[in-house]
Amino acid sequence: MAKEQQAVAQARKAFETGRSRPLEYRILQLKNLQRLFAERQKEISDAIKKDLNKSEMGVQLYETLGLEGEINLAIRKLKEWAAPRPVEKNLLILSDTVYIQPEPLGVVLIIGAWNYPWGVTVQPLIGAIAAGNAAVVKPSEVCVHTSKVMEELLPLYIDKELYPVVTGGVPETQELLRQRFDHIFYTGNSMVGKVIMEAAAKHLTPVTLELGGKSPCYIDKNCDISIACRRITWGKYTNCGQTCIAPDYILCEPSIQDRVIEEIKKSIKDFYTENPKTCPDYGRIINQRHFKRIMALVEDSTVAAGGDNDESDSFIAPIILRDVKPEAKVMQEEIFGPLLPILPVSGLDEAIKFINKGEKPLALYVFSGDEKVINRMRDETSSGGFLANDCLVHYSVASLPFGGVGNSGMGCYHGKFSFDQLSHLRGCLIKKLNMEGVNNMRYPPHTPKKLGWVRFLFLKTDGLGWVGKMVLLALLAVVAAVVLQKYLH
Amino acid sequence: MSREQLAVQQARRSFQTGRTKPLGFRLQQLRRLQSFIRERKGDIKDALQKDLGKSERASELYELLVVEAELHLSMTKLAEWAAPRLVEKNIFTLLDEVYVWSEPLGVVLIIGPWNYPWSLTLLPLVGAIAAGNAVILKPSEISSNSSKAIERLLPLYLDKDLYQVVEGGAPETQELLKQRFDHIFYTGGTAVGKLVMEAAARHLTPVTLELGGKSPCYIDKDCDVRTACRRITWAKLINCGQTCIAPDFILCEPSVQDKVLEEIKKCVKEFYSDSPKTSNDYGRIINQRQFKRIMGLMEGCTVAFGGDADEARGYIGPTVLTNVTGDSKVMQEEIFGPLLPIVTVDGVDEAIQFINEREKPLVLYVFSHDDKLIKKVIAETSSGALVANDCVVHFLDSALPFGGVGHSGMGRYRGRHTFDQLSNLRSCMIKQLKMEGLNSMRYPPHTAEKLSWARRFVLSHLNVRRLRNMVVLAILTGLAAFVVQRFLR
Repeated sequence: MAKEQQAVAQARKAFETGRSRPLEYRILQLKNLQRLFAERQKEISDAIKKDLNKSEMGVQLYETLGLEGEINLAIRKLKEWAAPRPVEKNLLILSDTVYIQPEPLGVVLIIGAWNYPWGVTVQPLIGAIAAGNAAVVKPSEVCVHTSKVMEELLPLYIDKELYPVVTGGVPETQELLRQRFDHIFYTGNSMVGKVIMEAAAKHLTPVTLELGGKSPCYIDKNCDISIACRRITWGKYTNCGQTCIAPDYILCEPSIQDRVIEEIKKSIKDFYTENPKTCPDYGRIINQRHFKRIMALVEDSTVAAGGDNDESDSFIAPIILRDVKPEAKVMQEEIFGPLLPILPVSGLDEAIKFINKGEKPLALYVFSGDEKVINRMRDETSSGGFLANDCLVHYSVASLPFGGVGNSGMGCYHGKFSFDQLSHLRGCLIKKLNMEGVNNMRYPPHTPKKLGWVRFLFLKTDGLGWVGKMVLLALLAVVAAVVLQKYLH
Repeated sequence: MSREQLAVQQARRSFQTGRTKPLGFRLQQLRRLQSFIRERKGDIKDALQKDLGKSERASELYELLVVEAELHLSMTKLAEWAAPRLVEKNIFTLLDEVYVWSEPLGVVLIIGPWNYPWSLTLLPLVGAIAAGNAVILKPSEISSNSSKAIERLLPLYLDKDLYQVVEGGAPETQELLKQRFDHIFYTGGTAVGKLVMEAAARHLTPVTLELGGKSPCYIDKDCDVRTACRRITWAKLINCGQTCIAPDFILCEPSVQDKVLEEIKKCVKEFYSDSPKTSNDYGRIINQRQFKRIMGLMEGCTVAFGGDADEARGYIGPTVLTNVTGDSKVMQEEIFGPLLPIVTVDGVDEAIQFINEREKPLVLYVFSHDDKLIKKVIAETSSGALVANDCVVHFLDSALPFGGVGHSGMGRYRGRHTFDQLSNLRSCMIKQLKMEGLNSMRYPPHTAEKLSWARRFVLSHLNVRRLRNMVVLAILTGLAAFVVQRFLR
């Protein structure tokens, strides 16, 4: 039996023991995960530094802090999330108990990505554990050092039969995808996303696909350009542009292009010094293949700033491209690197038109002080997430569902959404074996009279909720009046 | 260009005009759909009589009533469903607008089944229209009279560019599945469900699959067996057993088997007379292929009751089978016919084991007075839904999400759930270009001090709602104290 088959079989067996069902067990596992981040920060940072040149503080800020917050939230809220959820009743079943009971799905496959390897691999894992599932964790092999550390550390802290780590590349992933899971959670690109969904279809396995795309960023010429550019610069060059929700390209009117370039240059200097190569907070491209790919994107556009690079160090300095045309190489694929193209447009109308020609992105950014501009952009486009006047930060709001639409993905997670996505929300209707008389109207032989009753009771149910409340209120008023009368005498 | 390609292209072009966005338009189309149902009842019932031998009243009761209720609910609630949904804020978003914005997906493909060709095709249509989508409606060719009627009549009521009916069999469906949709809603069998999902994967199209399976029905020996059997018999024989949520088979202890058989016989007589063949309310099997398939399932078991059939008329009488084991033919596939096998088990534990050895069903039925037993079944099994002490009626509560899990399907619908399923629920965050100072803790250069501030904020648990309530309480107390003071003067 292949290693992958074995891991899945073991996880299923462990799930079937039922030990992940009690909330106490899930909380214990989550607390263990908490300990991992408290105790192993150094090993985690060291590995990420080798993979992506993230500084220790950068690792905490952009990877582990968010996870700690999610774990805290899950531990605090688990009881509430896992409890039966009451449901509105219609008249026919007023005397019954109706609720939605969340339950585990079974064995979940989590395929992580390399850009925020802990962030996007462990966040779904938190949801999987909280929902009571077993989970097979497949970290991305592209972040070589981190996947080794994950394989080593996770089994030391969390139940290694319920949550096995399976490392490997394409062949190992393909072998995994042949197995049967109860849900597959994939973070990565659209091409592989299709392959994953096709494999999942063979077992009728539901999927969550967190993909990507080109996230547009429109700057209104009348806004505070200095602050806008500061936020965009931060959003773009964090992790050297290797963020699924990085502002991919800018759309703005030609009249502000020079100003935008100036402000971005200023912010780059503020954040990463005159010499980003020596700055500990400036990252590196993950590997040679991506380095080459990104550098090739610059070819047919005008470099307005930056351009410095060093292949042996996978270093590409922050680059700004100006007067970029829609046919340019850099506009044909998600950049996932520190290139910021600026495409001049004549205004909001042209920007919206341009955006709608492309695939629906994972995030859409608009910078403007004008509510009308923001609302129009929101109303006339579509995307996974929509953020006005900042970048990236909607990711950290646990009460907002995070996910894509169309080519940018399907399904969503974060906070309670992770729990719900990896649970089965089972509708439960508990009736009693009495009041059988009420049911006579539904039994054959069907007569016009019986049918009339059903019509009346069934079709009038919507108003009844409100009417019922009014009746109750009236009754209470009468009772109150009677009681008051007695007291006043 | 094929007819199917043309239809999809036309629907997409119409969607892109933006005319489905205003709620007024959607309400108008829903009202027209309502008129359609009201004015064309004759045509609808006629088609159902020809397809499935459904009586006029049965058609009203089991197909039209639920669509009318869904239309009424959707029209009443549309403004609420489509409104921005505010989400819980955290310390970072106190000053921002944070909400989920529902928008149409685009072009939705709805593939309907043959067993309830009107309700199960029109119910998702109601949700698709309410959510502002364009629709390609593909009714089942097996219920050919209904399919023809839908194609002929629907365009007389609804916008015929936005909501197109495409008729046809397997080749036409395959051609449709090659096109790109923004969501596919399929109701039918598991085998085709896999094909639909595979086709959808090529375009990264999300799917809702309402499939089936063998829905078990456990009867506790200590319950009111008479009432239980009444409800089970009714549910089983609606539409001649051709219901995805029909109780497929019974599990009970040997000591009650005879009583169960007796009660079922009594109910059959009560509902359908001594000769169901002559009863107006007893349906027919859809076609020869299904007839032969169902008859073949009786092999190897004892026909305790019924078993009479008339191939020329597509008639199979209500039949109860005994001496049924897990290996019997009738236990290898979803029956979808009027055969009710009884499998004897030693008690609820063995019943649970039997159920868990098989695929997760669309619904699980348990008949018992014992709350503990019911809770045990819920805790130790999984299914799309669970109903205690009745059958089928959970479909009537539009607040309960209706859908399967595992091989019984993915996704859910009914009422608001259809609206949500066929919408893009877009996360929106509207910030201002001010208070830039607050952002310094996130900008490089990353320092330990900045990080500790970030930690403090991210890991603090600020319950905004509680804080607001406390502030309100404090103000009220202050006011009350003030008022009391004045009165005491």
